[in-house]
Amino acid sequence: MKNRAAYFGVFTALALILSYVETLIPFRFGIPGIKLGLANLVVVIVLYKTNWKEALLLSVSRVLLAGFIFGSLFSIIYSLAGGVLSLLVMAVLERSGRFSVAGVSMAGGVAHNIGQLATAMIAVSTYQVGYYLPVLLIAGLATGAVIGLAADAVLKRIRNLDLK
Amino acid sequence: MMKKNDLILAAAVILAACAILAFQYFSRGGGEQYIEITVDGNEYGTYSMDEDRTVRINDTNRLVIREGSALMEWADCPDQICVHHRAIHAGGENIICLPNKVVVSVISPEESGLDGIAQ
Repeated sequence: MKNRAAYFGVFTALALILSYVETLIPFRFGIPGIKLGLANLVVVIVLYKTNWKEALLLSVSRVLLAGFIFGSLFSIIYSLAGGVLSLLVMAVLERSGRFSVAGVSMAGGVAHNIGQLATAMIAVSTYQVGYYLPVLLIAGLATGAVIGLAADAVLKRIRNLDLK
Repeated sequence: MMKKNDLILAAAVILAACAILAFQYFSRGGGEQYIEITVDGNEYGTYSMDEDRTVRINDTNRLVIREGSALMEWADCPDQICVHHRAIHAGGENIICLPNKVVVSVISPEESGLDGIAQ
């Protein structure tokens, strides 16, 4: 791929901006872990436009940068676990070719929340953390669908952009 | 735009969520409820929810029990996730402060086999 570093920089900046935009939206349900995950829009697009390695690198860089700027060490650990699990699940489903962008993103959203919940369980060594699992499953599904449909719309418009 | 597999996936997740919800609902014990606090996996204390009180947890968190529900009023951690958590009242619900490893959960005597109240 030509200009790989340049494109990667642009996508990282874009994901970081979306992380910032997300902090501006007062979107609290009183249950931690429920958020839109706007930055994942860029991750999904990169996954489809390049390959899973680029997307993983982008996801990790985004989480580290956003964590140091807007979050704390704990939000980094949380997001990293969610982000990596989410990306692996999306990469497998994308490669299978049996799901649309929205489907892949929905699975990613659900996996993200499961990863975060598992981290919380290990961190506090209590299984009770699992109480909010149903809510988080549905939330991941819904936010994943929104992000997926948006990514699908963007991908249609940048069809001619060749990054592979 | 959406494939059939997407809908199957969504249905499976919703079904799983409903199954867990139903299980939680039916396994919930009745009667008096208690607030159980653990720090780093070790029990810190158990308090009745019928009594209004403020619990100081190791100078890192402050929990308020009021009118049958509990909420984290203050925490010294940077993210404040537990403070923004909504008040809890139903059996199994919990508030977690990850930086301080504090877990506050609602328990019913029937489900935990609790026979005395440690204060």
